[in-house]
Amino acid sequence: MSDVALLLRRTGFGTTGAEVEAATARGYEATVAALLHPGPDPGAAATPPPDLGGEPERPTQGADARAYKREIRARSQALALWWLDRMVRVRQPLVERLTFSWHGHWATSIQKVRSPAMMLAQNETLRAKGRGDFRELARAMVRDPALLVWLDGQRNKKGRPNENLARELMELFTLGVGHYSEADVREAARALTGWRVDRARVAAAPVPRQHDDGSKTVLGVTADLDDRGLVDLLTARPESAAHVATRLWARHGSATLPAATRTRLLAAYGPGRDVTALLRAMFLDPGFRADRSSLVASPVEYVVGVHRALGLTVPREGRAGRELLATLEALGQVPFRPPSVGGWPGGVAWLSTAATRERLTFAAAAAAKADLSGITSPEAAAHLLGVDAWTPRTLAALTGAAADPARLVTLALISPEYLVR
Amino acid sequence: MNSLTRRKFLLASGVTGGVALAAGAGTIGWRDVADRAGTRPPDAGVLVLVTLYGGNDGLGTLVPYSDGAYHDARPDLAYGADEVLALDDQLGLNPAMTGFKKLWDDGTLAIVRGVGYPRPDHSHFRSMDIWQTGSPDHPAATGWIGRWLDATGPDPLRVVSVGATLPPLAVGAKGTGVALPLTSFAAPAGPLGAGVRALSTVDPTDPPAQALAARATGTLLSATATFGPPLEAAAGTEADDDNQAQGASAGGQSALARQLAIVSRCVKAGVPTRVYAVSLGGFDTHADEKGTQSRLLGELDQAVSGFLTDTPGVVVAVYSEFGRRVGANASQGTDHGTAGPLFVAGAAVRGGFYGDQPSLTALDDGDLKVTTDFRSVYGTLLERVLDTEAGRVLDGTRPALDFL
Repeated sequence: MSDVALLLRRTGFGTTGAEVEAATARGYEATVAALLHPGPDPGAAATPPPDLGGEPERPTQGADARAYKREIRARSQALALWWLDRMVRVRQPLVERLTFSWHGHWATSIQKVRSPAMMLAQNETLRAKGRGDFRELARAMVRDPALLVWLDGQRNKKGRPNENLARELMELFTLGVGHYSEADVREAARALTGWRVDRARVAAAPVPRQHDDGSKTVLGVTADLDDRGLVDLLTARPESAAHVATRLWARHGSATLPAATRTRLLAAYGPGRDVTALLRAMFLDPGFRADRSSLVASPVEYVVGVHRALGLTVPREGRAGRELLATLEALGQVPFRPPSVGGWPGGVAWLSTAATRERLTFAAAAAAKADLSGITSPEAAAHLLGVDAWTPRTLAALTGAAADPARLVTLALISPEYLVR
Repeated sequence: MNSLTRRKFLLASGVTGGVALAAGAGTIGWRDVADRAGTRPPDAGVLVLVTLYGGNDGLGTLVPYSDGAYHDARPDLAYGADEVLALDDQLGLNPAMTGFKKLWDDGTLAIVRGVGYPRPDHSHFRSMDIWQTGSPDHPAATGWIGRWLDATGPDPLRVVSVGATLPPLAVGAKGTGVALPLTSFAAPAGPLGAGVRALSTVDPTDPPAQALAARATGTLLSATATFGPPLEAAAGTEADDDNQAQGASAGGQSALARQLAIVSRCVKAGVPTRVYAVSLGGFDTHADEKGTQSRLLGELDQAVSGFLTDTPGVVVAVYSEFGRRVGANASQGTDHGTAGPLFVAGAAVRGGFYGDQPSLTALDDGDLKVTTDFRSVYGTLLERVLDTEAGRVLDGTRPALDFL
């Protein structure tokens, strides 16, 4: 695979031969610069966030809860389909791809939050703050209403604190497992006490009488820490820089992180915790291009990539919309519904029997809908999907299908070469 | 532990975004398997592993209802003697577990108490990896059932997980189990089917991950031939995930009964599978625990007892990554803890208690002390259900338990 094709696949949702040609003409470094500093994107402008209205009123005791549940489900579907639509229509996909990476990092599920408006607000925070100082993102996230509901932060009170948010903040979001003690978890939970979530206003507010303002000791530092003091302490640790760098590398780099690359990434991230500088260092590092086919397209990358390559539009409502979300559910990845606070599994976990079966069904339906005029050879299919070259195995399979463009493209879409990038 | 080994530890749980799968997964062509349905010898044991994700509160499951320390530690959460389903004068089951109580009365439910491992870890993901790799002492890239697969032969269809992604326990070095979808599926026929078969062979120039993708296609074809008919018969209903919503932040699936209905169909069809993995999530009850846990245990109870009535010959084992802290927090929930009870049920099971009940007063920093190593349970299941010497799968040997 050419270096530019590799870059486009790891920073977007698949790619196409036409995109690879345009980026090749522009040059690798100029493409990196454009990815990191996108101008106004007409695709994003054409897909404004849905107006979810006010939160539907929760049913009172004894009332019929079915209408409420139906309304929440309908808005959840509208929200997920909006995001998929935007991923398909943007011209500069890194912004959405990175937002999706942060969604996996600060993994929050609507299944428990039960508020599409809160999930949308979190999504906008991840997009707005996901490319700057990581501390700013973390400061916003510990006050994010959806995250507070998800990890019981709004139930964490002085006296007998609830440790849920404190533990995951250290283990998953900032430091990584093993870089803190059980005593640190208990003390950090005290720092995070005293927050309330207002569902109607989609806002979080401090509740001073439930906040523990005594002295706490976290990672050897003793102070009257509150949520901001705790986040500032955690994100200043060297372990935090390493955690952020390795998790972004796992999503946008490859399965292996060479030691020399790691050192350069940490230098770029620096004391300002600069995510854009980190990404630039990743994409320009020789280690980025060393391991060329170890990332398996996640279901969202795959489904969005197929839509982009085949020129299909995301159905925003109705049966077709529900079917698209059912496909993603069967593949194991629905936006706004990660399976746990640890996010989605990755890599070859997506190569399960069940997922392989679902991809085949989806690919056949997508190929049947698309305009495939002119796609009558394995080479044309490779250009359509931005694949550099087929193995002899796949070339033989596709050659046998050349007379039937829908079958040809279906097989190309389930080929190992398209899945692994 | 340095960061590299720690990463391996977390590989399979989604925390680092990768699963350790070795490249040598063996695959059989679908033609070979098409006429193999029904080849499991009738006396070969079948093990069904039920994983409860989130850390099920053991003290709310097997309730020490007559212990004053229990009521003191959890004034708002505790069950009284008039509520539990008493098993003796000290311990009783959660009121929602009526089916398990009947299994107990029938003498086919073993309850192993105080189960865990040395130096318990309070992270969901790390602790679940420890249970699923069966390796508390050092990180392992394979699951314990995956190693059983490696040790006993190449047919991946002998291990089946129900759901989209494969749990780490089913990942071996040479091969992995099959993840079965919850819906029916027919093999692609005609020219498309021929093309799919052509894509399922590994090309010598494939990098490892591409080779795995090709093999997955091959396994799909063989799995479809074997499991297609039973899946066709187990058409399910839409899942309602309300039960687990409150404690849902730590993984697992909903609709356990639907997963077990698929297992039941497969067992009855005599497919070659010896181990099935299913799961139920929602047990991360940091807040408002009582109602949430009771609903979930009710779902577990109905699903498992119904399944055993329908499929009596199997052995079911139910476990979670940890129990919870003895003392409740201020939001009527409990935080991450250590040891918990493990259930083994089935017609062949010798009912009763195994292992000692942990003390509620001699605690380890607020947590229960582990009395039984989970590898004793695994070893017993390996030797007496799967007819495999425990030492071929687990590090070291531990005393077997007498529940089988």
